[in-house]
Order: sequence, then C-alpha cells, then structure tokens
Amino acid sequence: MKANGTVHRYGDNVDTDVIIPARYLNSSDPKELAAKCMIDIDKEFVGRVKQGDIIVAGKNFGCGSSREHAPIAIKAAGISCVIAETFARIFYRNSINIGLPIIECPEAAREIEAGDQVEIDFDSGIIYDTTKGTQYQGQAFPEFMQKIIKAEGLINYINSSRN
Amino acid sequence: MGMTMTQKILAAHAGLNQVTAGQLIEAELDLVLGNDVTAPVAIHEMEKMTVKKVFDKDKIALVPDHFTPNKDIKSAEHCKCVREFAREQEISNYFEIGEMGIEHALLPEKGLVVAGDVVIGADSHTCTYGALGAFSTGVGSTDMAAGMATGKAWFKVPSALKFVLKGKPAPWVSGKDVILHIIGKIGVDGALYKSMEFTGDGIQNLTMDDRFTIANMAIEAGAKNGIFPVDELAIQYMKEHSMKPYHIYEADDDAVYDEVYEIDLSALRPTVAFPHLPENTRTIDEVGEIKIDQVVIGSCTNGRLNDLRMAAKVLEGRKVAKGMRVIVFPATQKIYLQAMEEGLLATFIKAGAVVSTPTCGPCLGGHMGILAAGERAVATTNRNFVGRMGHVESEVYLASPAVAAASAVTGRISSPEELDFSAALSSQSESLKAEREE
Ligand code: SF4
Repeated sequence: MKANGTVHRYGDNVDTDVIIPARYLNSSDPKELAAKCMIDIDKEFVGRVKQGDIIVAGKNFGCGSSREHAPIAIKAAGISCVIAETFARIFYRNSINIGLPIIECPEAAREIEAGDQVEIDFDSGIIYDTTKGTQYQGQAFPEFMQKIIKAEGLINYINSSRN
Repeated sequence: MGMTMTQKILAAHAGLNQVTAGQLIEAELDLVLGNDVTAPVAIHEMEKMTVKKVFDKDKIALVPDHFTPNKDIKSAEHCKCVREFAREQEISNYFEIGEMGIEHALLPEKGLVVAGDVVIGADSHTCTYGALGAFSTGVGSTDMAAGMATGKAWFKVPSALKFVLKGKPAPWVSGKDVILHIIGKIGVDGALYKSMEFTGDGIQNLTMDDRFTIANMAIEAGAKNGIFPVDELAIQYMKEHSMKPYHIYEADDDAVYDEVYEIDLSALRPTVAFPHLPENTRTIDEVGEIKIDQVVIGSCTNGRLNDLRMAAKVLEGRKVAKGMRVIVFPATQKIYLQAMEEGLLATFIKAGAVVSTPTCGPCLGGHMGILAAGERAVATTNRNFVGRMGHVESEVYLASPAVAAASAVTGRISSPEELDFSAALSSQSESLKAEREE
C-alpha cells in the first residue's frame, strides 16, 4: 500500500472543532462533511485538495471531541494519509477504525513543507519527500492495527474474523 | 511489576493477571454510551456488521443531549434514528428529553456507572466517571458500534501520571480551578495516551461534584482517562444512586508512573483558561481587564448541583451587569428540579439570567447562546477552541461557576472575592423584609 500526493501543512493542536465544526454535525454524510473539512482553520482547503493529497501537522493532531466525523471528513476530502508529530488518542483510534492511514513521525512532521510532493510506503513506514529528496522512517503499526487498516476498518475486520 | 489502578481494572476485564503499559488487550465492557451526534454514525456502522443484535440491551446507554430539544430538522432526524434503534433493540437506557440530562452528569446520577467498571462512550468526556473509580474513556462511533455488537473493545494499556493532591482549597476555589491549574502546568498533550491517577489526602476535601469536574477534563490534557481512588464519599454516592455491585481497585505500592506531581490545593487561586486552548491558564490575579458579553454556566463539566449553588451564592441579591447575557443550563432534569426546589433558579432569574433546559447547547456552539464575531464569553465548560461557541472570531474563557457568576455581575472577568458579601446579604435581607411588609 502506497500514498503519493501534495502536502497541506498545519501547526500544533489542530482540534476536531476546526477539522469539522459542530455546526455541521447535524449531518453524517461523508460528502457533506468533506465539503466543510478544515473550514475554520483553512477556508481554501476544500477548493485546493486533490485526491491522494497528504496532511502534515505538528503535535496532538485531532485533539478535542471524539467526533469520528473528523477523520471521515478528511478521508472523504481525498486525503490519503496524515503525518504528525503526535496524534490525540481518540483521533488516532478513530482513524484506524475507519481505515484512514496515519503516521507518527516527528522529524518528517517538522521538516516537510506545504506544497512538497510526498510518497509513503505503509508496509515499511518510509516517507519520501520527492521535492526535497529527503527520507524519513515513520512508526510502523503493530500487527493488530495493520490488520484493521488492511481490512479498511474495524467493522470489516470484525466481520471477517467472525466468518 | 506493580500495576496502576487503571491497569488493574483493565487486566481484570481482559481476564489477565498482569498487564503492562503498551500491551494491546481486548477488554469486556460494562457499558457502551452514545449521543445524538455519535450514535447515528455508530448505528449506521452496525448495519454493516454481521452481528445484528446488541450484546446486552441493559449495558448500552443512549442519550440525545447535544442538539436536543431538537434544534432543527436534521437533528430531529438524528434523534429519530437513535430513538428507533433503541426501540428495535429494546435498549433499557434510552433517555427521552423529559428524563434526560447531559450524558456525563446523567449516567452516574442514574447509577449506570460504578467503581471498577470499564466504560466506553462515543464522546470524549466519557472520562468523567473516573471520579467514581471506574475506567472510562472516549472513543469514536466505530468503536461504539463494535462495542454494542461484541461487548468488547481493544485498548493499548496506558502508562500513568500520578497527581498527589494535598491540603484544602480556599473558599471560591473548586475542582475546576484544580484541573485548569494542572492542564496549565502539563499542557493539552501533557498526558497524551496516559492515565491521570489522582491520589493524596487532599482528595477528602473535594466534593464528588469537584471530582467529576476534574475527571471530566482529563481529556483536555490528552489523557486516556482520569481516575480517583474509591473513598467513603464515593461509596456513599454509589449507594445513593446505584443498585449495581461495585469493585474497588487500588494501585499497587510499586506501580510505575511516568511522572509524579504534587499539587498543594491550599495554594491554588481561581484560574481562568484564555482562548484558544485550555492550557492557556492564568490565575485570577493575572487576568487584567477583560470585558465580556456572555456568561455560560452549566455543561457536563460544571452543571451539577454544587456548581449551581456556588453560582447562586454569588448572584443572590445581585443583578447581572447591564447588557450581559447570562445563560444557566443545569446538567440534568433532576438537578434542574433540585435547583428549583432550593430556590436557585429564582435567584438566577431575579439576577437577570436565563435558565435553559438541560442540553449541551452553547457548550459546543450548537444552539442556545451562539457567539457573534468579536464577542467574548466566560464559560464553565471545558473547551475554548477556535469557534467552539460560535463565530471563529469569538472568544471563550474557561472558569469555575463562582468566577463566571462574579464576572456576570461586574461585566469583566472577576473573582467573587471582589464582591462584598456582607453588603449583599444585608440588602437581601432588607428586600426580604420589604417583601414581607408589603
Ligand atoms: S456539555 Fe459540552 S463537553 Fe459536555 S457532552 Fe455536551 S457538548 Fe460535550
């Protein structure tokens, strides 16, 4: 599994209220959520994002509310992976549970810039910034989490392990 | 190796004698919670599962509280989805508006959570029940769906930070000031992935309501859970509210903590978190002149009876500042009724505040008190992120009910210490006398 796309960059403590503000939580349709993704921190994001793009951010990405609408909105907006220094824990498990790949890599999170082209190999955890020619080793998932991501989420994983 | 209190509860629910930090486990659940925002997503996920029935109809709680009484057509549709699911699955703990409350105040009050339980809730403030000595943590809707279907959830066993609380808080210093002080000290990711375990003889000086407030905001330091030891007061609370058997777990003497902090409660001052993060704390003495437009008193953090009593004590016989909008929202129907019987609601209304039905409402910028651009609010809620209570250019300052009420009176962020209580009391008794003479 690989991802390849242009980077959108944000700082520390990006909370789920700015990823998808509560005023839009009266919908749970991924398309509607994607149309408002990041609106309170970056109004241009929705117009700019292309299928396969990558978000790079600082510490504690996805802090705050447990709304799964946040990773759903990001995934439905076309983002193929989020790289951050650290993730807030509920966002972390939500992303795994819905099958949105996320990688913790402090070095990459600090150095990769907005607009860079980045390639990620999920099996090895290697992040390659093709614009800069730099390479980083991201944290690989424990086997159990890899299985959930490969099954494209917890529900499929449970269904298949019961069959 | 010794285990923390949290690790012991998790080990017992995973059928293991020993767990260590970082270990992935699957634990049995005592309760699975969802609300009108998160449950519809979970219900939709459950439809994709091969399991069609919930694992135990008595171990699921569904509380429509965020956009209720229904704010608009879309939220009405969401509540309908939850209601119909509850009916089909014969969920015993579904709470319609007449018997509801904000979920994290409601569940302990209804006796649905007791010490030693493992609880997941599709709401980040599920960590509130740590006040009772339970392991409870917020998850997303997919976890909720899996939990409802299987009665189990996966966890990475957390390491812990230990907070040794000592001494007795000064008057007007409450649980809110304790937790804001701690978050100011360790930061919004200071406890990321970890447990916050509170110990120390200072705990005996904290009411259950104080403890609920403290555990409630553990997530604001990034924690997986916050947890208190089970003492006489907690046992008394459980006996008054629940028929469920409880189990007391204690941390081992040789339990390992990543960090130990000592907090002298007697040295704490009323504390305020400035926009736009709960870690931006200042003591009331460092606040300066901050004029405000709105005061919000309530929520799952500070909408309990003691919180309302504290606010009423400040507002008794006083008027809110001219032009100030003050919104009080008791956390549950029971608290609302008790506050009415104690005359607290009359105090609020006479002071010029409005009293709302229990709802999350303004706390998450849902309804009932949204801010316009450039407006400032002091709120007893738990988050002051950009746009949390309305417009992205509005500001939320987090504080205790006492500070919020005092600020309502002066029109700027203030401590109740600024107000003259002897005068208020005598003018109050005079107006009472006048009323009697009329
Ligand atoms: S009162 Fe606020 S923090 Fe508490 S559950 Fe409701 S929205 Fe969440």
